[in-house]
Amino acid sequence: MEKTWNNKAWFMVLPVLVLVAFSAVIPLMTVVNYSVQDTFGNNEFFWAGTDWFLDVLESDRFWDALTRNLIFSAIILAIEIPLGIVIALNMPKKGIGVPICLVLMALPLLIPWNVVGTIWQVFGRVDIGLLGRTLATLGINYNYVQNPLDAWVTLIIMDVWHWTSLVVLLCYAGLVSIPDAYYQAAKIDGASRWSVFRYIQLPKMKRVLLIAFLLRFMDSFMIYTEPFVVTGGGPGNSTTFLSIDLVKMAIGQFDLGPAAALSIIYFLIILLLSWIFYTVMTTSDAQG
Amino acid sequence: MARINLEHIRHAYGAKPKSEADYALKEVHHEWNDGGAYALLGPSGCGKTTLLNIISGLINPSEGRILFDGTDVTQLTTQHRNIAQVFQFPVIYDTMTVYDNLAFPLRNRHVPEAEVDRRVKEIIEMTGLGGWANKTARGLTADQKQKISLGRGLVRSDVSAILFDEPLTVIDPEMKWVLRSQIKRLHKQFGFTMVYVTHDQTEALTFADKVVVMYDGQIVQIGTPAELFERPRHTFVGYFIGSPGMNVLPAEIAGNTAAVGSESIALNFQPKVKAGAKTELGIRPEFISLGRQGMPVAITKVEDIGRHKIVRAHFADRPISIIVDEDGEIPAEPRVTFDPKAINIYADSWRIGEEA
Repeated sequence: MEKTWNNKAWFMVLPVLVLVAFSAVIPLMTVVNYSVQDTFGNNEFFWAGTDWFLDVLESDRFWDALTRNLIFSAIILAIEIPLGIVIALNMPKKGIGVPICLVLMALPLLIPWNVVGTIWQVFGRVDIGLLGRTLATLGINYNYVQNPLDAWVTLIIMDVWHWTSLVVLLCYAGLVSIPDAYYQAAKIDGASRWSVFRYIQLPKMKRVLLIAFLLRFMDSFMIYTEPFVVTGGGPGNSTTFLSIDLVKMAIGQFDLGPAAALSIIYFLIILLLSWIFYTVMTTSDAQG
Repeated sequence: MARINLEHIRHAYGAKPKSEADYALKEVHHEWNDGGAYALLGPSGCGKTTLLNIISGLINPSEGRILFDGTDVTQLTTQHRNIAQVFQFPVIYDTMTVYDNLAFPLRNRHVPEAEVDRRVKEIIEMTGLGGWANKTARGLTADQKQKISLGRGLVRSDVSAILFDEPLTVIDPEMKWVLRSQIKRLHKQFGFTMVYVTHDQTEALTFADKVVVMYDGQIVQIGTPAELFERPRHTFVGYFIGSPGMNVLPAEIAGNTAAVGSESIALNFQPKVKAGAKTELGIRPEFISLGRQGMPVAITKVEDIGRHKIVRAHFADRPISIIVDEDGEIPAEPRVTFDPKAINIYADSWRIGEEA
């Protein structure tokens, strides 16, 4: 009797399994399939084993791109998280200022990623861009097409402009949930501005900050569209992140095997790092 | 420790108060004696908390001045007023340990660590949170948290005043009694001025030397529990203090008699009533005697609450309550007499004195 009942339950989840299979499992397995085979066209495949993985892991190209990714994520996290907290702390708590600030903050988040890229691509151009022209007029030698440092600065400012709002909105949500009595008690206890932040606001924001941190890490580590539009990975390879390299490899050079291997390695790195961050942060949370 | 003077304090939460009704606090002018224990009693929304927050500096009054020992502190911030306040709902710093929570107000004021340790240990002892001292405050129950809030107020024994804003609401009854007597003991020991907001009249009456009754944004009476009971200055005090509250009956005053409906009641004084005022007669249920003599009443219900019975009746078509001893007899044709000494006469809700 019980067995029949169980089988029926499996039958009920079948549609979901089919959907998940089509949307996730099958594409992923296709990639796995490519990563262990070689092809010379004509739909003929040869077993390659772990060759592609070893190739990728032994190439400087992979490690250079990975390093760029890590540096990029570290920089934008180091800017966006503190900046987001500071802005959230200074946002009005009531009155007409609240909706105005919230809408202004949400604006960058509403712009499609390739449009953000295009905006900054034009904005920074030395010949016609507002930023580029202004800097050139001021005598500052800025050119993101030729100078790797300028390209990096442009990408970082663009990302900060695009995504700090997300951190702000999350922190703000945490802040407004703190009852007034906490601030009153802190005044009575003679707490300094810093103590109020350290012992009341920061603990209350901890959970949302964890989410903000994880989201910003994963998104920045997978960044593709904006650098592709602004710099196309250049000058040279200076802004070629793993995602850009992957597309070059898979679509530009049509190296399906190495590209598939890189995809899987890339995926595992994000999974691993996110898991580490999450574990470290929630463990420290439990210990208080 | 300080004498606190409130001089013509008024407060409105809106920016531009137009009429009297816009004021949450209407004209409070009062002196709190140094070392006094006051209970601030009144229904929800009568301005108790507003008054407390004005004293502690969390709110700046729209009008008026506050003096501590004669010094004007109206413009001083809460941090500079040396006042402790305990709130209705527990506020704890949940990343800190219980010990650090209690030490926090002292450390912020740069008290030497040895002194901090001595006082914190005393408070931990008092609240019975010994086993928790070095654990984070996060896992505590609501009443343990409230004990910490309370402790953070009491740990600063050198404050000008401690303000309690219904601090025992979330504490369970048995612990309430213990904490109340401990607060009282600390008050005797350190002699801080204490203002205790509550809407529980038993708590107010047992706790304080003087009870301040607030109603609709103003102080209606300040007095000892006995004064509030025997001579309520305002009909509200009559209703609010006592269980059941005072019977207030509309009455026509002529000379030294009061006419309630068709009954006329002799008074032992001659109240001076302004023409056109709404006059009422107030008598507590404890001072009405039920028997075979006097004015007729119609009994509607008898509630036996143990030590005595509460008789609900109609007198001159008005509902009244009468308290009868437990073994008191309720006659078939009941009549009542009012104790003339216990009758209060009110004009427009305010009591009229004996002096003409």
